[in-house]
Amino acid sequence: MAEAVDYKQIGTRPVRPDGVDKVTGRARFGADLVLPNMIHGKILRSPHAHARIKSIDLSGALEMPGVAAAISGSDFPSVEGGEVGGEGGGTLGDVAKNIMARDKVVYHGHAVAAVAAASVTQAEAALEAIKVEYEVLPPVLDVVKAMEADSVLVDENNYTNLPEKPEKPSNIANIGHLERGNVEEGFEQADLIIEREYKIPMAHQGYIEPHACVASIDETGRGTVWCCTQGHFEFRTMTANLLGKDMADLKFIASEIGGGFGGKTVVYLEPVAALLSEKAGRPVKMTMTREEVFRATGPTSGTVTRVKAGFKNDGTITAAQTWSAFEAGAYAGAPTMPGIMAIYAPYELENFVVDAYDVLVNKPKVAAYRAPGAPQTMHAFECALDEAAIALDMDPLDLRLVNAADEGTQAPYGPKFPPIGFKACLEAAKNHPNYQKPVPEGAGRGVAAGFWFNIGMQSSAEVNINENGTVMVIEGSPDIGGSRASMALMAAETLGVDYDRVRTQVGDTESTGFCNVTGGSRTTFATGMAVTQACEDVIAECKNRVAMTWGLDADQVEWQDGKAVPAPGVNADVQPLSLAEIAGSAAKTGGPIQGRASVNAQGAGASFAINFADLKIDRETGKVDVLSYTAIQDAGKAIHPAYVEGQMQGGAAQGIGWALNEEYIFDEDGVMENAGFLDYRIPVASDLPMIETEIVEVPNPSHPYGVRGVGETPIVAPLAVCSNAASRALGQRLTDLPLSPPNVLAALDG
Amino acid sequence: MAKVVLPDNFAALTGGERELTTSAETYRDLVHELTSRWPALEEELAKSAVAIDGQIYQDAFIEAIEPDSEVFFMARIEGG
Repeated sequence: MAEAVDYKQIGTRPVRPDGVDKVTGRARFGADLVLPNMIHGKILRSPHAHARIKSIDLSGALEMPGVAAAISGSDFPSVEGGEVGGEGGGTLGDVAKNIMARDKVVYHGHAVAAVAAASVTQAEAALEAIKVEYEVLPPVLDVVKAMEADSVLVDENNYTNLPEKPEKPSNIANIGHLERGNVEEGFEQADLIIEREYKIPMAHQGYIEPHACVASIDETGRGTVWCCTQGHFEFRTMTANLLGKDMADLKFIASEIGGGFGGKTVVYLEPVAALLSEKAGRPVKMTMTREEVFRATGPTSGTVTRVKAGFKNDGTITAAQTWSAFEAGAYAGAPTMPGIMAIYAPYELENFVVDAYDVLVNKPKVAAYRAPGAPQTMHAFECALDEAAIALDMDPLDLRLVNAADEGTQAPYGPKFPPIGFKACLEAAKNHPNYQKPVPEGAGRGVAAGFWFNIGMQSSAEVNINENGTVMVIEGSPDIGGSRASMALMAAETLGVDYDRVRTQVGDTESTGFCNVTGGSRTTFATGMAVTQACEDVIAECKNRVAMTWGLDADQVEWQDGKAVPAPGVNADVQPLSLAEIAGSAAKTGGPIQGRASVNAQGAGASFAINFADLKIDRETGKVDVLSYTAIQDAGKAIHPAYVEGQMQGGAAQGIGWALNEEYIFDEDGVMENAGFLDYRIPVASDLPMIETEIVEVPNPSHPYGVRGVGETPIVAPLAVCSNAASRALGQRLTDLPLSPPNVLAALDG
Repeated sequence: MAKVVLPDNFAALTGGERELTTSAETYRDLVHELTSRWPALEEELAKSAVAIDGQIYQDAFIEAIEPDSEVFFMARIEGG
């Protein structure tokens, strides 16, 4: 079990290894690669949110100057079924139709055809020469109306996934359900019942870097794809399957990535670029515009959630009942299950029921977004808790402490929690100087909890020792949140060398072992476990080499502070040998020293958080100002605390943006009206105060250094924090996000 | 005997049965036992995670089950 020990490397804050390249512009992102003879691909997108494709004529495009290839859905092999990993992943068949429409377009901006030409301008001109004949259908845009039996169907072949196939198709793809105890009896025991409906809009991950890739496929059908991705191994698998290729014929190289947050776990451009390249016989670059990113890549689900919660006068929750409808977009795969598994997770509940519906609407297919599903469902319940705290005249932290889950609590989704840090977060919040300050006059203070399960999954790592004892770590996880630094710190700690002696690089699909996506707060946990084991492999090999050198058995050699020493009780007249000394003589003792490990990491530790903030609202304009914001989270062990704080701050900023301004606005035809950062308003630095952080460390006993993973949880609490703060500031409950000036004014007007 | 709890969405395939005991000594043996009794569960089990004594496995295989273990099947989680 990981103990709170004094590490020499872990817990320090070295300068990030990618920092200088990124601030000087040297770092190469997805759109930065240029290859000889490269041409440019562009996509024709549907002007309708819902229509049948009657015909597509590419001939006009092929006759345009500079055009080397043109394709539509019929150029792709037919793909059916097959699960694609991750929330929002859905089936491979749906991904196939999402990257290029076949018989129907199901959202405005849906890809219909693509061309590759010598320049972007020529490619765009060629798109205009493609003739598409549509039969326009009415769009389905309201998630609750979409559930009605007589609703227009987004997909006439979608039947609700039930043990017995329903007689009629429906827009409801899946239904999630969890329950325990008896909610009716629980409500009968309640002194107070809170019941509300909450709405959260569809929102985008808002990564700054648009999707981009370069594909170079040769005449044999083999080739290389460079792309910005959260998981180049899984992109290779998806692309190969979508194109009917052997994955061994494709090499994927991950570029630097300007944000993903779950949105870059599924392919959009890569199979299209690869097919265009194969047809053109030249490398093809594709880069989305910001408008394309909004219209055609995965946002997260908008939701309607109804909560009923019962409380005793001492704050004890007696029962909770939740109903939630999730927009899936045009293909199934809304994050209903994690949403319903997370909603009550911070609390010990005897009686609960929660149902969630994965509903097709004519909007872009959703993709994963930090803690998928949890912000939406937990917003509703955390708001209900706040309303109860007001009604019971309790401090909202105290109400949560009364009900807080702890080690041994049976989680709503089944197992009993191992050691967790929720109570520690609540106590840290109560003792935090910002919480002990009075609420500024005219402002409201909101409190809410956050939670994510965290995951392990598959990771690989190699560790090579250079001749001078420096260490080269190769991981297969794209570095999104600082994995190169955290892997180097864990390697340095394990080997007993200074951080400055370690370099880390992200290997391509042919130079290191398989890794699942960087997502789910898994990389520091799982890939860190692989790196640690690979370093232990190096140490074992070093002990063998030294034992050979000293004429001892391997078990007579120990590794201490980066040096081989005789084990206690071993009588040997030798001097300790450092990693550099062992590596320097490696040629004589067996050749280069290398360690490697592949794991399917189990035992990820759940991460809990408490956030609180003071908000003030201008009643004349409806503008909300965030006066202060404090995020407290259990990281297990913070390998590089500055990166952990950065995750907490980034998640808070994204959650505040979603709460206060971000939303997809559709017209009645299903056309997104704000597909750009001028109208889809994410927070900028001047909108926010410094997000203050406090890291709680309750080590995860299943990780060699106690890591839990931190990237998902920070986005969960801010939505309810803002709702609760704004509601307290105004003295009335605000139920619909975002808390944008028009919505706030509408609420004030009743 | 170890306690096994099935999620709500399995109930329709097990005739409503959600809790059972097992003498299976490994996860593989437990899956064999469950699918022998309810063949329709095979597909659901293949895409489920399992928690054995609080430890969540996304891809369990031959993990040990002790006589006093608690085993919960649950949806797989990934994240963003």
